[in-house]
Amino acid sequence: MRPFDLTRPEELSAACRDTNGENAAFIAGGTNLIDLMKLEVETPGHLTDISRLGLDGIETDAQGLRIGATVTNSDLAADTRVREGWPVLSRALLAGASGQLRNKATTGGNLLQRTRCPYFYDTDTACNKRAPGSGCAALKGEQRNHAILGTSDHCIALHPSDMAVAMRALDASVELCDAEGESRRVGLEKFYRLPGKTPERETHLRPGELITAVHLPKAGGDRQVYRKVRDRASYAFALVSVAAVLRMKGGRIAHAALAFGGLGTQPWRDPEVDALLEGETPSQALFDKAGEVLMRDAVVHEGTAFKVPLGKRVLTAVLKEVTA
Amino acid sequence: MKVTLNVNGASHWLDLDTRVTLLDALRDHLKLTGTKKGCDHGQCGACTVIAGGRRINSCLSLAALHDGDEITTVEGLSDDELSDLQSAFVAHDGMQCGYCTPGQICSALGMLGELSEGWPSHVSETLDGPVRPTREEIAERMSGNLCRCSCYPGINAAILETAEGS
Repeated sequence: MRPFDLTRPEELSAACRDTNGENAAFIAGGTNLIDLMKLEVETPGHLTDISRLGLDGIETDAQGLRIGATVTNSDLAADTRVREGWPVLSRALLAGASGQLRNKATTGGNLLQRTRCPYFYDTDTACNKRAPGSGCAALKGEQRNHAILGTSDHCIALHPSDMAVAMRALDASVELCDAEGESRRVGLEKFYRLPGKTPERETHLRPGELITAVHLPKAGGDRQVYRKVRDRASYAFALVSVAAVLRMKGGRIAHAALAFGGLGTQPWRDPEVDALLEGETPSQALFDKAGEVLMRDAVVHEGTAFKVPLGKRVLTAVLKEVTA
Repeated sequence: MKVTLNVNGASHWLDLDTRVTLLDALRDHLKLTGTKKGCDHGQCGACTVIAGGRRINSCLSLAALHDGDEITTVEGLSDDELSDLQSAFVAHDGMQCGYCTPGQICSALGMLGELSEGWPSHVSETLDGPVRPTREEIAERMSGNLCRCSCYPGINAAILETAEGS
């Protein structure tokens, strides 16, 4: 690990000022960042500890729920309000990582965790995300935990989060704060960037800007399911996952919000899939069509070709369950 | 960097490089070598300790981030006599080489606390029902602890017996 300074400011504005420089990073749970620092994939010269800024509360407000950025994944999954009103989020969190990691990993950190592409982690290989312009070893390497949606010729790295997939289906937005104390809200659909030619830039966060909270509006559907398919039964990243938030009315789908993990370079949601389902009567033909629409722009490689049929099947299984 | 760690009821004042992980602080600076370094990347669970009442991977945290925290390691679980959980591991042969055992035991202790608080898991049928310790629940909740001797049946039985007895 490279040497770094660490500060523990007691105020939010001071934390943002401390982290305004290019080579500075916020740290809370640290479960991903410390790992990446050990491997020297991340080499910050300064860390700002934000774990004691009081950002660890969950509050109910008129719109829904405000989740502080340093609420741990465990506390969020176990929160009775989340379990009752946003169960897809509890389910997604409980499907991710291990008990120990969920006790440390935070809400903001989960959104910002880096890909688990093995070439991103291996500093002896080419990776445009880690070393811009160096190439992409994954394109001709071992592919499995890689994306097929939103990729580019420069990067096929997958966003690994389960939590963020549920949050996309729940129309979550993030609350951000900068060094001047200015705060803004950004919908999760506008928070992440596609890799394009700059896969090293993953979000629209500005320098020194900190996620202070995630806002969940009241769920648009009472029927919520999170299904995750992976190589082992527990403690593994998704090959494919689907978060579904649905409302039925008179035998028809009144509201549909589908989000996907294991497929995209960011937690994936496709408005055309949702639009196709809304107003329709559930049927196998409809579910097949939804799968076709979801995969219409998929770019597969030898190691990821299985994700097209697998993704369609998981989507069908989830739609059957959630509309039954 | 000045760091105070309260480990197993005793306070320690340390001056550490910011890079020192909680695991290395415990093992190399406080000579509490019961906590083991396995993968050092949060994948195996051998380094599990209880910090602030919750089980965590001590390899994936910096000592400086735990300034003032209460830490419990395997050394803090018993004095002269083994705890019920430790005795159950012995009775059920929940180990072979023993390297993962301190992490298994600290993780199990934290996990039993989570169960008693009613936290659901990935395999719980409902999110709002009572959670009962079953083999399936324990296997899911302990998936962050690997045992390369594959003593899982004994580990699971030891934890199940402890959960049912408490």
